[in-house]
Amino acid sequence: MEPQEIAEKIKERFPDEVIDITSFRDQVSVIARKERIVDICRYLYDDPHLHFDFLVDLCGVDYLDKKVPRFEVVYHLYSIKYRHRIRLKAQVPEDNLRIDTVTSVWAGANWHERECFDMYGIVFRGHPDMRRILMPEDWEGYPLRKDYPVTGPEKEWPGFQEVLDKAKAFREFEWKE
Amino acid sequence: MEGINRNQPPSDIRIAPELHTREITLNMGPQHPATHGVLRLVLELDGETIVKCTPYVGYLHRGTEKLGENRTYLSALPLTDRLDYVSSMNNNIGYVVAVERLLGIGPPERAKFIRTMVAEMGRISNHLLWLGTHALDVGAITPFLYVFRERERIMDLFEGLCGARLTVSYPRIGGVRNDVSQKFLDDLYAFTEEFPGRVDEYETLLTVNRIWLKRTKGVGVIPAEDAINWGLTGPTLRGSGVRYDIRKFAPYDAYDKVEFEIPIGYNGDVYDRYMVRIIEMRQANRIIRQCIEKLPKGPITIDSPFTFPPKGSLSRKDKERFNKDYYSRHFTLAKGGPKEAPQGEIYVATEVPKGELGFYFISDGTGRPYRMRIRSPSFVHTSALPRLCEGGLVADVIANIGSIDIVLGECDR
Amino acid sequence: MFENIIRPETLEPVVRSVINIGIILINIAIIVGIALLHVAYATYFERKTIGHMQVRLGPIEVGPHGILQPIADGLKLLFKEDVIPQVADRTVFYIAPVIFFTAAMTSLAVIPFFEKFVIADINIGLLFLFAMSSLGAYGIVISGWASNSKYAFLGGLRSAAQVLSYEIPMGLSLVGVMIMAGSLNLSEIVKAQQGYPLGLYLIPQILGFVVFVIAMFAETGRCPFDLPEAESELVAGYFVEYSGFRFALFFLGEYVGMFIMSSIAVVCFLGGWTVPQFILGIPLIGDILSKVPGIIWFLLKVYFFIFLYYWVRATVPRYRYDQLMAIGWKILIPVALANIVITGLIKLWVKGMI
Repeated sequence: MEPQEIAEKIKERFPDEVIDITSFRDQVSVIARKERIVDICRYLYDDPHLHFDFLVDLCGVDYLDKKVPRFEVVYHLYSIKYRHRIRLKAQVPEDNLRIDTVTSVWAGANWHERECFDMYGIVFRGHPDMRRILMPEDWEGYPLRKDYPVTGPEKEWPGFQEVLDKAKAFREFEWKE
Repeated sequence: MEGINRNQPPSDIRIAPELHTREITLNMGPQHPATHGVLRLVLELDGETIVKCTPYVGYLHRGTEKLGENRTYLSALPLTDRLDYVSSMNNNIGYVVAVERLLGIGPPERAKFIRTMVAEMGRISNHLLWLGTHALDVGAITPFLYVFRERERIMDLFEGLCGARLTVSYPRIGGVRNDVSQKFLDDLYAFTEEFPGRVDEYETLLTVNRIWLKRTKGVGVIPAEDAINWGLTGPTLRGSGVRYDIRKFAPYDAYDKVEFEIPIGYNGDVYDRYMVRIIEMRQANRIIRQCIEKLPKGPITIDSPFTFPPKGSLSRKDKERFNKDYYSRHFTLAKGGPKEAPQGEIYVATEVPKGELGFYFISDGTGRPYRMRIRSPSFVHTSALPRLCEGGLVADVIANIGSIDIVLGECDR
Repeated sequence: MFENIIRPETLEPVVRSVINIGIILINIAIIVGIALLHVAYATYFERKTIGHMQVRLGPIEVGPHGILQPIADGLKLLFKEDVIPQVADRTVFYIAPVIFFTAAMTSLAVIPFFEKFVIADINIGLLFLFAMSSLGAYGIVISGWASNSKYAFLGGLRSAAQVLSYEIPMGLSLVGVMIMAGSLNLSEIVKAQQGYPLGLYLIPQILGFVVFVIAMFAETGRCPFDLPEAESELVAGYFVEYSGFRFALFFLGEYVGMFIMSSIAVVCFLGGWTVPQFILGIPLIGDILSKVPGIIWFLLKVYFFIFLYYWVRATVPRYRYDQLMAIGWKILIPVALANIVITGLIKLWVKGMI
């Protein structure tokens, strides 16, 4: 099925949810509200003519000062049976960084959602294991947000003093002349 | 297999149920000889049976996506070398194909064939390393040394081609860096002549070895539906019997002009994934031969603001034509590339040896990507590791890690 | 061996016992020296053999063709820092390698290297060897326990289960030999083989031989049964926390263990220091070969088995824990038992009792 047709079909089924449909170089994006995103995904998965059984990718995007709402969660879907693909985008406003998890539809969404949380701070409701994944667990801030600087002031790692103390304590075992 | 219920830990056969027993928590990694880098697994063991397996990744996180957003399209290319450092050529190609699709340009015919050729060389070199380390993990030490003999030849060929052995950065947006020499083609052809015999050699050591069969058959089984649902790609998915290969279904470069077959497995166990990769090596060899035979003549880069004509590759007439803006273009590129790219967003996937490597670009019209997302196969495959390991034995964890072929540089980005 | 020089009956009893002790001490010194030199060069032999099997050269830098490499390694281990984990159970941690090494070295006492050269020619030689090889398992288990490391602990557990399980088929496989020889004394077993085809027990005891060779690999924890020290799973297994010379003791013990197992195989199945009769029967060659001393034959046969160890290591992957147990209990033990029954029945039949 052509991507444009799929987008129309989604819009037909969820007229209130779909905000916009954009297209660039034959790739069609469906921009939707976040409230019923699991229903849309479930529909895309279950519909016999669409059958998007493969979640290719899930990631977040930060549109700081470019768009309102600020965040988007992007789902790239593919159907191995019919070989068609669609891009689904759910808008997440800055004041309510919550969206439902799609791990019930695609098990593979698990780590992608964790990464999205790690990098953007978007919380996925109902996720089985919502923890940071790539960054250390005590990391402050969300690195891929646009207001997170690439280089910043030299800040000492909080655990550094502890390591120094330990090193001092171990000095007594050192080789002495 | 025999005597062990693979789906459930044998909790119902405790002799004294009132006796309180606790699982051992075994921390495997980040420094461990079999975790292929810095993967950390926390295993909860009941005897030797795995009750729970939790992977921890991120020890190699370098923020490639953030770095890419702050660089021009041209200067982000070397970052992709460092994703999957075992098959950097394929990563480069995945990146440049995605950028080309975003810019709406395409490489000339000769460059397409050269790229296909070097991509398959990268595939062979990756699969060789995978075979060696996987066999080493399962306990066979000799294949490791054998595969390095052939891998070294590919590395030498890469060195002759572009000067680098591991992090090549050879493809360019709109073409390749430099043309292939006749000597390179002759050496490569000689390699393809003898490579199938070498694969036979590895197979005599493993394919029908009873111990190898016992260690790999029926281990880490993932059925086709589950494999798709978990988002597995590449040989790992094909081992489960799903015929999905981007080279065939969404061809890029010259893959629609060469003949090759997609091997698929049947049971989705470690052995099938092994066989798929072994056959893929033979098919890659076949593709390389076809590329050498069909290699057309012509330019190796297109004329676009994003490309830079390679030294010595231009005829005198071309040079005069280019000369007018040769230096100005050199200056622009050296300063970081053109200041504009079409506004839009694009997701382009290519088939790297490990699976589907996708680049998702959001362009806001400037010369830098607004968002560069890398969908790496290793990340997804690692996430499916608990699904493969739980209920098995400690030794199966090692076999499973080997069979999904992960590189942590790509997983952590 | 000194009977012709000293006539014992002419000496005082005290002097006689002193001389006896002296002779035994000299013998022990010779055997320990040979064993340690053997270990050093067995590693060299292993690295060279496997190296050439894997299209590389092996040690080449230290001395001509790397011949001094084992000595360099030994010196390095001697001078290495001896690291003991803070949480280790110190006393047991110290004792474990000593037990392992002592058990391995003690076994050498009963092995007849050539005619009449054996430190203790006891009539329960085979049983003594089994006892010592089981004792070695204690060293492994308590080293795994004392290290207080989970990897070492798992390695120790695996090793205990493996050694205990394979002790049984190994013992059973030699029962056939005992029945045929009618003795547990190793020298007697060698002599008893002379009357059989080719002068070996290999042909009549082929089942026992196959079971023994497989059990021998498992007992010494070598590939494909190297689970206790599987480096890709358990890093190094039970000795992961050991360093310096404590590690070297485990290393020495393992190679001496290989030597002993090969010696048992040679003594029980390949006729020890004797030359097969059919070779001696060949004119000219047989005359020359009969002049070759027994120790050379013995070592040649032992080194054939040691080569087999290396050859297998370069060829096959490792078994999994449950598969290892399945082979031991479901295949080797029934086969060994069948071998005992068949041997016994044939012996009775030959004697005319049935």
